Amino acid sequence: MTQTGNIILDVVIIVIKIVIVLGVNLTIVAYLTLAERRVSAFMQDRLGPNRVGPAGLLQPIADGIKFFTKEEIIPAQSSKLIYLMAPSFVLFPAFLTYAVIPVGPTFSAWGYSFQMEIANLNIGILYILALTSFVVYGVVLAGWSSNSKYPLIGGLRSAAQMISYELPLGLSIIGVLMIVGSLRLSEIVNFQTHLLWGFLPRWNVVLQPLGFLIFLIAAFAESNRLPFDMAEAEPELVGGYHTEYGSMKFASFMLGEYAGMITSAALMTTLFFGGWDFPWVNESALGVWGILLAVIAFSLKTGFFLFLYLWVRWTLPRFRYDQLMRLGWKILLPLALVNIVVTAIVMAFLA
Amino acid sequence: MNVKNVKRVTIKPNIWDLLYIPAIIGGLSITFKHLFKKHITLEYPDEKWFPPPGYRGAIRLNRDELGREKCVACEMCATACPANAISMQGGAAPWDDREKYPIWYKIDMLRCILCGMCEEACPEEAIELTVIYDFADYTRESLIWDKERLLKNYDLTKDGNYYKRQLEENKKR
Ligand code: SF4
Ligand code: SF4
Repeated sequence: MTQTGNIILDVVIIVIKIVIVLGVNLTIVAYLTLAERRVSAFMQDRLGPNRVGPAGLLQPIADGIKFFTKEEIIPAQSSKLIYLMAPSFVLFPAFLTYAVIPVGPTFSAWGYSFQMEIANLNIGILYILALTSFVVYGVVLAGWSSNSKYPLIGGLRSAAQMISYELPLGLSIIGVLMIVGSLRLSEIVNFQTHLLWGFLPRWNVVLQPLGFLIFLIAAFAESNRLPFDMAEAEPELVGGYHTEYGSMKFASFMLGEYAGMITSAALMTTLFFGGWDFPWVNESALGVWGILLAVIAFSLKTGFFLFLYLWVRWTLPRFRYDQLMRLGWKILLPLALVNIVVTAIVMAFLA
Repeated sequence: MNVKNVKRVTIKPNIWDLLYIPAIIGGLSITFKHLFKKHITLEYPDEKWFPPPGYRGAIRLNRDELGREKCVACEMCATACPANAISMQGGAAPWDDREKYPIWYKIDMLRCILCGMCEEACPEEAIELTVIYDFADYTRESLIWDKERLLKNYDLTKDGNYYKRQLEENKKR
């Protein structure tokens, strides 16, 4: 094949991948909003929304119609440009992060090697961390531009919270990166496909249990979910940074939040639970079935973490603000540092 | 009262408690168990709530054996009503067994507080509260119930199966 032909083929395949990934993720986001309400209802012995379509399955569509047809209200005292821009700051980074997450092993067919991610970046994990920290701008700007007290308090809180928790979040990953020796997500997953002592899947959660725990907590805080949703805190702040938002602008925040949940669930899977790896099976040797198995394994693991998000939300009460800060700075940060040091010492002895 | 005897109890958390993780897992297991418990939701328009006996719902005017209203327009109920919801005009009865009957009789259900005082006061057992709890309407006028409306309530509720019948109608639809 000619050089240009190759490039065109590449572009076409990437566009197809983008469409698939975006489509799948938007669907999951939509149904996550429904799942949240249904799961919360079940946990409280209620039924939840079950009247639109069979078992309430069309509820997200009804919600979408409602959001789109609602009146657009822009507060008179707001800074209009920033006010209108803020939701996109939350929404787009959350969706961009999916580009580097591998959902299956690389495989070749018809002399072409397919990668099961949109972009196989050599700094994949840094790319994700950089984009997720963008979300804080959206939240702060939304709080600021609304020109109203509750959003401002919510925005300030979440700025402090997200910046504090970014530290333990980043540091907790370093242990993994030291072991694997690469920032490329596909290599991190490949590393985990092997077995430890012949029977245990060499998932990073086995090697880095403390790192995983810190990452889990920090990820909850990063995505502004209960028990760390200081930015919203309905009982005290009326809804926090999005108090003044309505219709589709509000929906963008919600979509962004749920998309962020998917990102961190996928990231937890990729970094600590072997990504697409189905333990004790060599996916690459199984051809198409291997790919399918890998994708299913990845979806199941990510699905579990998404469920964990909902599950924790309806179990734990909200932290107080000072407790939140104490947990972040006085407990998680030192623990993350200890984790790095211990990892380094153990690796030095094993080397 | 002697408050000095109050004993303060401070529970010192041990290391296990300070880890918090066992407690969190305990909480998670409780919520998880609830996922599979029986739901207590009553799916209201499809299912109906059956009020217990003695429930004080919408008011009815009772009929006697011949289908006439029992009320003799004595105005005891109107006097007893703390909300001043009842009004009527009595007139000479067209029947031989009583002197008066209400020419018109109105209860303003917007004023009525469903206290049941009218039922208590009535010497003829002509007015009673029923099980009907869903009588919301769109206009104020339609909530001022006249004699016909109140007698209709009696016809609807005299067999005590008002909501059971509604359920059956729901099922037919
Ligand atoms: S129930 Fe009470 S408020 Fe209503 S009409 Fe009878 S006495 Fe008046
Ligand atoms: S107290 Fe009874 S009989 Fe007398 S007016 Fe009222 S409903 Fe009629």
